[in-house]
Amino acid sequence: MGIGLAFIIVLGLILFAYIGTELLGLKGLFAVFFPYLALVIFLIGFIRRVVKWGKSPVPFRIPTTAGQQFSLPWIKYSKIDNPVTGWGVALRMFFEIAFFRSLFRNTKAEIMNGRLYVGSNKWLWIGALAFHYSFLIILIRHLRFFMAQTPNCISIIDSVDSFWQIGLPMLYMTDIIIAAAALYLLGRRIFNPQVKYISLPSDYFPLFLILGIVATGILMRYFSRVDITAIKELTLGLAYLKPTIPDGVGTLFYIHLFLVSVLFAYFPFSKLMHMGGVFLSPTRNLANNNRMERHVNPWDYPVKHRHYEEYENEFREKMKKAGIPVEKE
Amino acid sequence: MYDGWKIILGLVVFVIIVTLPFTMSIGRDYVKPQPSIDTPEIQKMEKKQCIESKQYMRETHIKLLYSWKDYASREGKRVYIASDGKEYTISLQNTCMKCHSNKEKFCDECHNYVSVKPYCWDCHIEPKVGGLK
Repeated sequence: MGIGLAFIIVLGLILFAYIGTELLGLKGLFAVFFPYLALVIFLIGFIRRVVKWGKSPVPFRIPTTAGQQFSLPWIKYSKIDNPVTGWGVALRMFFEIAFFRSLFRNTKAEIMNGRLYVGSNKWLWIGALAFHYSFLIILIRHLRFFMAQTPNCISIIDSVDSFWQIGLPMLYMTDIIIAAAALYLLGRRIFNPQVKYISLPSDYFPLFLILGIVATGILMRYFSRVDITAIKELTLGLAYLKPTIPDGVGTLFYIHLFLVSVLFAYFPFSKLMHMGGVFLSPTRNLANNNRMERHVNPWDYPVKHRHYEEYENEFREKMKKAGIPVEKE
Repeated sequence: MYDGWKIILGLVVFVIIVTLPFTMSIGRDYVKPQPSIDTPEIQKMEKKQCIESKQYMRETHIKLLYSWKDYASREGKRVYIASDGKEYTISLQNTCMKCHSNKEKFCDECHNYVSVKPYCWDCHIEPKVGGLK
């Protein structure tokens, strides 16, 4: 049910953009208003979400200890997997963010011949890595539409990505990789019963949305073609805050742009916030120095207390009358 | 906030990166490409019309040229029948560049603008600046 709902929503978004631009001709709405609105929602929502996370108390260190902890100097400890210093944490975070280190340790449990086997399973790690890096490169490549003079570094990325010189316009490697990786990530939610069981519409929706963006992008570049000069006029207008709506921009582009706008606007309210959240995960970004430094619980408050001596002073006479033993006569 | 300055620093860097296309363009202007069709061959034509419609050529010329490459070099087919029935010789240098002899002011104008680098001239002879070779 979840998958159907997500699919129908994305289909509805595509239809909405099609009706809006092709039939109703509301190009200004889709070319200017929605992209700007989406960017504002993205930025403000992102900041609010991160600040909210930042405000939550961190009473003490809760890193996952994935290696030997630091104890005696002659016992080797795991500097990255159980860091005690800021540098160790920085290194751990770097490996987490750049190489998805904890996903690398993904395991799979299976019962074979009545016995439980646990083995390493790298497919999710490879799929995720391929997906995220392709997405990053595609995002960087798209900057050529938002800068009048394309910087050299972006042209270099572009030419490396189309290194194989297959076909014309030249095939980008990342286009193939992101489509394959996104389909894999979707496929595992459909065909792996355990993952399917825990998948929600909010898991399928971003995948369908991104697949929609990828599909429209690929269609525009390799198959149905659009007037790229006119599109750059539009996108540069957005970047220079002088929006223009040139003629000759196809509906396919508006669908692409609208889906991207939806992705940006949806971002701060969804699981996609793991982009900012990975930096704030307390099981990764805290040093394991619980036993070396005193960490005061921030919600400790001065507890009202009374010594027994005071108590006895107040009630001594009554206690004596009642025959209760007292410490001081 | 715990480690507040680190979080705020991260957010500031994030916002700077995201808004880079906007902040970099402040106070600047960009030059729109003006592909010129002012060549002797085109001036001679009565109806200034490429082999297909202008919009079709703007969008799809790359695919057209790519199919021409296959027709000419793989299938030996040298005649292209346009959608209006006219026949053209399949040749980049002798058909396209005959009219569009001003590569710098025609091809490069848009290609540089959108930063595409087609590898036509790796094999074909690049026309010299200022007219026919």
